Amino acid sequence: MEPIYLDHAATTPVHPEVTKAMLPVLQEVFGNPSSVHHFGRKARQVIDEARRVIAGSIHANEKEIVFTSGGTEADNLAVVGTALANQKRGMHVITTQIEHHATLHASEYLEKLGFEITYLPVGPEGKVSVDELESALREDTILVSIMAVNNETGMIQPIKEIGGVLKDHPAYFHSDAVQAYGLLDINVDEWNVDMLTASSHKINGPKAGGFLYMREGTQVAALQYGGEQERKRRPGTENVSGIKGFQRAVELAVEKRAERRQEYGVFKQIFLQKLKQENVRFIINGIETETVPAIVNISFPGTNVEALLTNFDLSGVAASSGSACTAGSIEPSHVLSAMFGKGDDRTTNSIRFSFGLANTKENAEEAAERVASIVKRLAQ
Amino acid sequence: MKDKKDTRVVVGMSGGVDSSVAALLLKQQGYDVVGIFMKNWDDTDENGVCTATEDFDDVVRVCNQLEIPYYAVNFEKQYWDKVFTYFLDEYKAGRTPNPDVMCNKEIKFKAFLDHALSLGADFLATGHYAQVREVDGEYQMLRGVDDNKDQTYFLNQLSQSVLSKVMFPLGHLPKKEVRRIAAEHDLATAHKKDSTGICFIGERNFKEFLSEYLPAQPGKMKTLNGVEKGRHEGLMYYTIGQRQGLGIGGSGDPWFVVGKNLEENILYVEQGFHNHRLYSDGLIATDLNWINEERLNGSMECTAKFRYRQQDSKVTVSPLGDDKVRVEFHEAQRAITPGQAVVFYDGDVCLGGGTIDEVIKDEKYLDYVG
Repeated sequence: MEPIYLDHAATTPVHPEVTKAMLPVLQEVFGNPSSVHHFGRKARQVIDEARRVIAGSIHANEKEIVFTSGGTEADNLAVVGTALANQKRGMHVITTQIEHHATLHASEYLEKLGFEITYLPVGPEGKVSVDELESALREDTILVSIMAVNNETGMIQPIKEIGGVLKDHPAYFHSDAVQAYGLLDINVDEWNVDMLTASSHKINGPKAGGFLYMREGTQVAALQYGGEQERKRRPGTENVSGIKGFQRAVELAVEKRAERRQEYGVFKQIFLQKLKQENVRFIINGIETETVPAIVNISFPGTNVEALLTNFDLSGVAASSGSACTAGSIEPSHVLSAMFGKGDDRTTNSIRFSFGLANTKENAEEAAERVASIVKRLAQ
Repeated sequence: MKDKKDTRVVVGMSGGVDSSVAALLLKQQGYDVVGIFMKNWDDTDENGVCTATEDFDDVVRVCNQLEIPYYAVNFEKQYWDKVFTYFLDEYKAGRTPNPDVMCNKEIKFKAFLDHALSLGADFLATGHYAQVREVDGEYQMLRGVDDNKDQTYFLNQLSQSVLSKVMFPLGHLPKKEVRRIAAEHDLATAHKKDSTGICFIGERNFKEFLSEYLPAQPGKMKTLNGVEKGRHEGLMYYTIGQRQGLGIGGSGDPWFVVGKNLEENILYVEQGFHNHRLYSDGLIATDLNWINEERLNGSMECTAKFRYRQQDSKVTVSPLGDDKVRVEFHEAQRAITPGQAVVFYDGDVCLGGGTIDEVIKDEKYLDYVG
């Protein structure tokens, strides 16, 4: 049985065009971008071109792009790096209960250092409230970090509105846009964000690449110690071929954004339609019309995550739920717990399906058939 | 009978060498093998790391070597409710429970078996040293051929319907051979140490562990004639026949635990390994399970084990209602311990077993053993 990949929010296949763009760099451009000779300059050229393209994709200046090893590092740098560099102005940070662990665990680290963190709650719809943010803001708030699109539910967060509120507040505003980048049109000035995280492998680029956009003047303490790369904000020799691949993935994403949104949305609708036709009992977590087209999170009453995911995999459907603990078993999702309360059935019977490059209308429908027969058997 | 390649066998994998080789053998025989790691106990530390991590990593490595899919399943809640609660209750009652028997009955061969079946499995396999044989539509459980490793003692509560779905691929192998096979195939677990002790306690100090859950009530240590011999740290820390940790000095033979008085919180001790107070000639067992699922009509002679890895002893078993038997020993037995399992055999066939509830000597219950 041909396995069907419905886990694009976890990672995506590398686009063939991306591989094509990377190969010559891997084969020929081996120089160290910091070196003051021909070989180094060649490599530096590759990075600078990528920086221009990527900055353009979010309407930023190229000096404001810091390449990192991925979304996690960019989130860590944004949260911990700015908090450390600005603690004299205040020790209060605001984030949400539904952030990625890269932000949450970084925030917990700050708590250990003596910072005070407010974790904004969400209601059952999984959306951060602008009012709640406003009332949580204090004079000593130095950073607000709120994701643009939730990675488990696909819910789009009101970043622009929050950016509006923060216009008159000195706190830095960081948004983890890993799941938004490539699907939403991002303009850092319209959103009024000071920092923004994106990742290469979520948009059909190679793994171990990402960037943190940092508005000019943002004070940050580097979390690595070493050379002068990325204006000392991220020491370490650059991943030149990876950055080249990231650039190509960004070009494709920008060029095909409308097309992809439409296409992935169709896959999602075909999938949901088929489940309905098969009379599967399910509830969509969040508000479907406010999600990105690529992600849907579904609760299947009367089932449990471990039996679902194992059965799906054995029947050739790759999906996911929450996060696995270090011993492999699935922990109830912190996002769904924030939405529905700890211990709610939906935290242990919900699955995230996410669509993308590996899908066709046919395999989206086929996957729904496989899912339907398993859910009907388990929910009996 | 389905083709082996169409027969799905879920292997319960612990990350140890036994279940690794069980999976290997089934894979070699051509079955559709799926490896599953069970997580029954939450000991996640403040960094989110649990001791099960290393074991799961070993499962991953072995399954990748065998090219079989692997998954994990969490039965922490069921384990707490069905095994750990029983475990604490028995200690509270002054007895010495056997959580492995209960884990096999309620978790491995119930919750886990159900999970395997929900994955479309035809069989559940484990690395236990035991054998299953079908004779005229009836399933029998036989001892593993390795006398020293035979685990039927812990499996005495399995039923016909469970045995019809179970495979023990190692039952016909000596442990040495299992290690050899693992090494021959360079399995990641080939040289891993066997786990010891109760799974949820692991290598930790047993006393310390228990004291986290049950308050220890220190009290007096006395001989059965009432001579005070010192203090004990809490009755739950002692089991019948125990010598270690009493701290009674002086000359003569060493001292042993011979019983407990729960009401007065007294630990009874006597001198000499073969002290007659440690010996009994019969017992009452409850929670009886007969593997052939036939009721016992009248008395039966067979052999029995009262602890794991003990030699069999000849006994006569007589029914006392559906769920209860009286067991008479043909020779007096030392340190029979309430809470432990008594398991019956006819040659190599395990007939079933129960829980030791009362100990008898000279037609009287030995009330001092608790």
